[in-house]
Amino acid sequence: MGKTLAEKIIGKHAGKEVSAGEIVVVPVDVCLMQDGTAPLAIRQLQKINLEKAANPKRTVLFLDHAAPSPRKELSNDHITIRKFAEKTGCKISDVGMGICHQVIFEQYLNPGEILIGADSHTCTGGAMAAFSTGMGSTDVAIGIALGKTWFRVPETFKIEVTGQFQPGVYSKDLILYLIGLIGADGATYKSLEFTGDTIDNMSISSRMTLSNMAIESGAKAGLIQSDKKTKEFLQKWGRVSKYKELKGDEDAVFEKVIKIDASRLAPTVSFPHTVDNTKPINESLEIKIDQVFLGTCTNGRLEDIEIACQIIKGRKKNPKTRFIVVPASKSVFLDAMSKGYIKQLVEFGAAVLAPGCGPCVGVHEGILGDGENCISTQNRNFKGRMGNPDAFIYLASPATAVAAAVAGEIVDPREFIAKKKPKGRKVKTARRKRK
Amino acid sequence: MILKGKVFKFGDDISTDLIAPGRYFHLRSNLPEMAKHVLEDADTTFASKVQKGDFVVGGENFGLGSSREHAPTIIKLAGVSAVLAKSFARIFYRNAINVGLPALICDTDKISGGDELEVDLEKGEIKDLTNGVVLKFAPLPKAMIHILNDGGLIDHIQKHGDFKLD
Ligand code: SF4
Repeated sequence: MGKTLAEKIIGKHAGKEVSAGEIVVVPVDVCLMQDGTAPLAIRQLQKINLEKAANPKRTVLFLDHAAPSPRKELSNDHITIRKFAEKTGCKISDVGMGICHQVIFEQYLNPGEILIGADSHTCTGGAMAAFSTGMGSTDVAIGIALGKTWFRVPETFKIEVTGQFQPGVYSKDLILYLIGLIGADGATYKSLEFTGDTIDNMSISSRMTLSNMAIESGAKAGLIQSDKKTKEFLQKWGRVSKYKELKGDEDAVFEKVIKIDASRLAPTVSFPHTVDNTKPINESLEIKIDQVFLGTCTNGRLEDIEIACQIIKGRKKNPKTRFIVVPASKSVFLDAMSKGYIKQLVEFGAAVLAPGCGPCVGVHEGILGDGENCISTQNRNFKGRMGNPDAFIYLASPATAVAAAVAGEIVDPREFIAKKKPKGRKVKTARRKRK
Repeated sequence: MILKGKVFKFGDDISTDLIAPGRYFHLRSNLPEMAKHVLEDADTTFASKVQKGDFVVGGENFGLGSSREHAPTIIKLAGVSAVLAKSFARIFYRNAINVGLPALICDTDKISGGDELEVDLEKGEIKDLTNGVVLKFAPLPKAMIHILNDGGLIDHIQKHGDFKLD
């Protein structure tokens, strides 16, 4: 009997064959915490005199959620984190270096490894064919100190995606569509395994968008095989020797197989205040937008900024709409700069901020006003998420979001990309059904 | 152990953003202060009304969203003795057990806001003293019972020096 990708990676670490449902204690290869979760984790370790790291060189503490710090309380949390790193030898990724999930992917994570992170979107690492999952501060604290953690081996949903996206439709639309289809708790405790030729043809960045949002369906991980593209990525980052080809077996036991035809997807938008409240673009038009946010661990990479620049080229920003751009990492920022994208964005009227989480979690840099609408490339639109429970967040792809910066309202980005609106095409829609 | 208290009822999809809003991010190292805002965006009066021993009762997918352990921690700090829901998001569930806050899965449709409950953790039974309904809750996975019985993960590790889950 074959094994899923999750069973393979966890089994390798457990030193035995494992199957879904088993509880195992496994060594962890990489650990991360961020400035919102690390102080609590550190206090927990201090409580039991266990302020140490089993593997400090691959334990990384990120100052990214409140970076640069907007308040003295948070600056003091940063001091706590820096002191812990000094004491234990753990790595610090300081203000300006970028979002934890992006940086860990660029610089640390390899196929076949286990990454635990005190941040729910740690599942982004699944695009590296690594078992990556988010946990709370205490779980990760103990993982860091002892070098191991416990898991229940998850059942797997195989998400088989075939066909080519229409121009103007992206992996973000696919994942929003999927979440709309299965619901925000449709995959709770499960591992998603994305396969099919659409995934094979997708860039690493686009795959990261899929894995990143696995948690929005409740999943524990969102895994994708490693292949030529993974190898090229590792080559670029100087660790091609860490490449390993890994994929789930065809004859593994999947709890469910969900098949999606990518060619039939339309740009998709999540309406306030839940991620699974999705609608296709034709049902999302003419919503006035006060703020556009391009960035985050979901869509703050070079290809996202590139798409934004395609959309704004030769066009003017709507004077009533603000536009905030936050590159996901220092490396993304530098690449966008050398390609001239940053200049183009600033000339267009965007406020470009230091790499990090930006306004995503409502701590600083772009908190919404009462009654305002924001369209964002992030992964969550819960009430209060961007700092104000009386504001409204729409989630979309970079193309859909940035098109709204031109139009001042939600529009079909395909009009901007293909010039002409594709007509007569039947598009799928997804609405959530509660069981 | 028998828990007793009054019900505060919430709906489906109570996210960690509703429980521990990001705008109080700066209070993450001052949890007693943060607890004064617990669940504020779901019910502005909850924090001022909740009393020691009371229950938070939700619907489906309670605690979805971020990994912030501050969410179950401030629910516990506010005096809540257990959270009951039809289902929990994975990270919240594990966090709740880690911080020693029982998270119980049952059919919460039968419980109304304001009801008095009596919960027997060993027997796996919930008695609604207001309407007389008796509910069973699904037992926790064995690994989690060990952790909860030790008072949470930190106490578990302090006691055994390692994971001791079977
Ligand atoms: S960008 Fe947003 S979702 Fe991603 S880690 Fe930062 S706060 Fe979380």
